[in-house]
Amino acid sequence: MIRNIFVLVAICALAAGPAQASVAETIDSIFAASTGWFVDLIFATLPTAGLIGVDLPWIVGWLVIGASVFTVYFGFVQVRAFRHALDLVRGRYSDPKDAGEVSHFQALATALSGTVGLGNIAGVAVAVSIGGAGATFWMILAGLLGMASKFTECTLGVKYRNEYADGTVSGGPMYYLKKGFAERGLPLGGFMAVMFSIFCVLGALGGGNMFQANQAASQVQSVLGIPTWVTGLVLSVIVFVVIVGGIKSIARVTEKVVPFMGIGYVAVALMILIMNADMILWAFGEIFRGAFTDSGIVGGIVGAIIQGFRRAAFSNEAGIGSAAIAHSAVRTKEPITEGFVSLLEPFIDTVIVCTMTALVIVITRQLMIDAETGLYMINEAGRIATVGDVAPGVPLTSAAFGSAFSWAPYALSLAVFLFAFSTMITWSYYGMKSWTYMFGEGKKKELTFKIIFCVFVFIGAVSSLGAVLDFSDAALFAMAVVNIIGLYLLMPIVKRELESYMKRLKSGEIKRFH
Amino acid sequence: MSEKFVVGYDGSESARRALDFATERARAQQASILLVHVLEWSPYSFLSAEEIQERHKRRREEMERAEAAVITPVIEVLTREGVSVTPFLRYGKTAEILCDIARDESALQIFIGREGHSALEARIFGSVAVALVQTAPVPCTIVP
Repeated sequence: MIRNIFVLVAICALAAGPAQASVAETIDSIFAASTGWFVDLIFATLPTAGLIGVDLPWIVGWLVIGASVFTVYFGFVQVRAFRHALDLVRGRYSDPKDAGEVSHFQALATALSGTVGLGNIAGVAVAVSIGGAGATFWMILAGLLGMASKFTECTLGVKYRNEYADGTVSGGPMYYLKKGFAERGLPLGGFMAVMFSIFCVLGALGGGNMFQANQAASQVQSVLGIPTWVTGLVLSVIVFVVIVGGIKSIARVTEKVVPFMGIGYVAVALMILIMNADMILWAFGEIFRGAFTDSGIVGGIVGAIIQGFRRAAFSNEAGIGSAAIAHSAVRTKEPITEGFVSLLEPFIDTVIVCTMTALVIVITRQLMIDAETGLYMINEAGRIATVGDVAPGVPLTSAAFGSAFSWAPYALSLAVFLFAFSTMITWSYYGMKSWTYMFGEGKKKELTFKIIFCVFVFIGAVSSLGAVLDFSDAALFAMAVVNIIGLYLLMPIVKRELESYMKRLKSGEIKRFH
Repeated sequence: MSEKFVVGYDGSESARRALDFATERARAQQASILLVHVLEWSPYSFLSAEEIQERHKRRREEMERAEAAVITPVIEVLTREGVSVTPFLRYGKTAEILCDIARDESALQIFIGREGHSALEARIFGSVAVALVQTAPVPCTIVP
């Protein structure tokens, strides 16, 4: 084991040696060149310029339509069941006899620590630096609609999981695609399951890994001046030690620290908002103005919509299917209760945490506005010019927090590092589940995936944000393509469960214990 | 209906003393013992994805282990001595569970042992004895 670690360190050290700058560039260009076609396919645009002034990426429409269909089909379940979801998390409907099993709270907390992370800090900064304050409005709307997608996929995740004799369980879109399709007599379930698994492995390497490593490394570089390859190396070694070396204590400690980090992040953001209380109305005004009128950004209103929806999906993962893997392990007599609980995730992740980030960036006036026209000033890259001309992503959020508290960038660096790490660990689990679904379980097969995963941590850290972000988005959205087709075909099953449960809840057949 | 004594028992030295103390009194009063072993558990702790996946299996293992190592030996001894005993194995907070069982079973008393922590330690880490004294629905005997 120790020898393996040394070999990996040696390989990385060689790769990152004296000529690391040029090596990083080479890796970056190879990476961009080899993933370009995939990115182009996923982000292909529909020729809608004549109609709405800009070509719409079809995938954005796909996610919006999906979330809207689920919202309407389940009769605004995110509103109807919101209160009941909170009661479930508080344990009001938990049978005391089941104490010691995974609680709804624990499932939610674990799934949240996989989703709350850099998408909320870096992704939101990217969204507002391209789409302006108005992107925030569309992001929040996407979060609210996404609650219905999450509800659908997590209910199915529990319903069609595999339970093994030793008491462990495996679940997720690959299982409901296969078993659910078979149950409804639909063809191609097995094929869809494999497609999902392939994209999930890519998503785990992209958004769940490279994007995280990239942003952690760039934040550490801009605040502490440590080169990206050093952070990349350190991160990949720690990830290696945890997922290959089985040093679970590190993962366990992170799992315990991250929720408090998240609470701390929201608390600091709230403090900044309270300090600028007189500007909150102005900030919301900016958000609405940008959402419905042309604020000078590339693509106008539609540009803001695209950014808002794209970053919301990336942050809360609704419709992507990943959360179904995490939630499916919960023991519950009613699969739908897990669906109810999971619909809180996009709410907490996007409607609360993402909005905080966006408000802080807007309220601290990081985005430069032309005083004469009232429009955003656009730089050569097509992004909104920012104070100090910082890079989009974490550096922008960091600058916004730093303008209020000088210590904030340091605290944020630590938070970013930990969020990145915990998201990587969670996604390595998602990727692994998909990998073993395709190739079967076994020490050697698992090791192969884990080593690939660690190598990509390093590649992600040294690559440029643009290439990494495009690939990460593309992989996640590819998961959504397969998953949402499955959700459309399986949603009548969820509807049946929903109606039956609601009836029994009303009649008191579903018992309340506390 | 015979009287019931709740005894909090975790297999430790002090729990042993509490059990002996309770058994003596049970014998004298023809009471029966409710032997309660609590596995500390909070539904609000944080678990990793892998821990969640394995939780059901772990829970089963933990219960089997507790049954074999803590409960069964005591039952055998007490039954041989002619004391009637009912075991309870529960997950949760020790003090809460002891109170719940005492209430549900209409027990007469709760017996527990204590480790002899200093007051400061008890304050920082919390103490079952302190929690019981404040919340118990029936008289408690804390055996040093």
